[in-house]
Amino acid sequence: MSAIYILWLRQVKRYVRSKPRIIAALGQPLLFLIALGFGFGPIFQRAGQGNYIQFLAPGVIGMTILFTAVFSGIELIWDRQFGFLKETLVAPVPRILVMIGRTLGGATVALLQGVIVVAICLIAGFRVTNFRALPEAVLVMVLVAVMFTALGTAIASVLSDFQGFQLIMNFLVMPIFFLSGALFPLTNLPAVLNVIAIIDPLSYGVDGLRSALIGVAHFGLPLDLAVLSIITAALVGTGSALFSRIQL
Amino acid sequence: MIRVSNLVKRYGDFTAVNDISFDVNEGEIFAFLGPNGAGKTTTIKILTTLLKPTSGSVQLDGRDPSVDHNEARKRFGIVFQDPSLDDELTAYENMDFHGVLYKVPRKIRRERIESLLKLFELWERRNDPVKQFSGGMKRRLEIARGLLHTPKIVFLDEPTLGLDPQTRNQLWTHVKKLNEQERVTVFLTTHYMEEAERVAHRIAIIDHGKIVAQGTAQELKTQTGAETLEQAFLALTGSTIRAEEGSALDQMRTMARMFRGRGRR
Repeated sequence: MSAIYILWLRQVKRYVRSKPRIIAALGQPLLFLIALGFGFGPIFQRAGQGNYIQFLAPGVIGMTILFTAVFSGIELIWDRQFGFLKETLVAPVPRILVMIGRTLGGATVALLQGVIVVAICLIAGFRVTNFRALPEAVLVMVLVAVMFTALGTAIASVLSDFQGFQLIMNFLVMPIFFLSGALFPLTNLPAVLNVIAIIDPLSYGVDGLRSALIGVAHFGLPLDLAVLSIITAALVGTGSALFSRIQL
Repeated sequence: MIRVSNLVKRYGDFTAVNDISFDVNEGEIFAFLGPNGAGKTTTIKILTTLLKPTSGSVQLDGRDPSVDHNEARKRFGIVFQDPSLDDELTAYENMDFHGVLYKVPRKIRRERIESLLKLFELWERRNDPVKQFSGGMKRRLEIARGLLHTPKIVFLDEPTLGLDPQTRNQLWTHVKKLNEQERVTVFLTTHYMEEAERVAHRIAIIDHGKIVAQGTAQELKTQTGAETLEQAFLALTGSTIRAEEGSALDQMRTMARMFRGRGRR
């Protein structure tokens, strides 16, 4: 048990100690809020969809958690050769514990980053309309964080260097974000985009946040939570299996 | 302490390790030498539970590493060729984490961390993040860490690569002192033949997956009529440079060197 704790602790300490990285990572959400939020705001309003900042904020929070979580998982590639991970793979600790500790640690970091971005959204004018659903909102954020950390771990367990990483970022992670309904409503989409949105796990995360925080739902909170839980469990399972096959 | 019998490792058509056998006695400093691609790294990985052999038997203090993973792991410490410290954490934290992973009880952990850090002259810097350490200091810390759980065997894979002579000298002095005091068996690989000659009790030379010679440095020199171990080595393995491709690992090492602005390694 202690092994899980110190692996978790290590991820959190690393995060808390690298202030430049925290601040840098906040640049992107801020940019999205300003450029898209204030930029598209008027058009969105005129299209009868209401306040775009309100709509966008959950998407930006989801984006932050997605990218931070996947990155924590992908760090494994480096860690495996030059970092602490080698040390853990040769220690008398079952790999599943190492995987759990790392995943929880990475998810915690993604969650913390998400919380900071919530604060930024509030500064930009976002307002929570339903405080009673805050626990559900946090639950959604936790599931998204764990899910994508596990995904990052699963991918990194299979890649042996950074070349694949670029491919993954551009052809998997970016589409997951852009086609998830983070930036635009999912109603009345062309058929193809609709299908992609339905199979995109982040769609349920963003929708869950929107349902909980501002009461706007496309799939509905219960469905979101159900889908997120299932996908999270599947990805954690896959991640563990792939992680235990890592050969240095 | 280490018994290897008829060890074979095949990857499809390629035989990396081709029926090697050797013994390392308790308290011995044993050097495992060979050109690039000879099968050294594969052998070490098998000894340290990271690879399963195709056939043959390996015993570490009576345990089979490919079967009794955790029991075998408790008995050895390893210092890898590439650094495996956590740069953002302090020296003390790196040691402490190792102790928790190896289930060293807290009180013993604290005492042992202190005595090892003092032995390797790192106690003053124990609360500094490792990223501020020089290459030599990082190496010392890794060796100190590898010894934290009082292993019977310690594997050193190219421990002095890239270090200056003073640091290398100091490092071996510490290792030899530990070997004498605690009777730790040391299994090392290196390309620095003078060091192997000076420090190792016995040496094995591997080439093309086979052990071509074993014995003390003197025996190897006599056998080949050479004056230094390096000459004996070249006589046994030939002077041609081994053709090798830059692997993904080499690329990553280059990247690591680029990003590691401050450290010397």
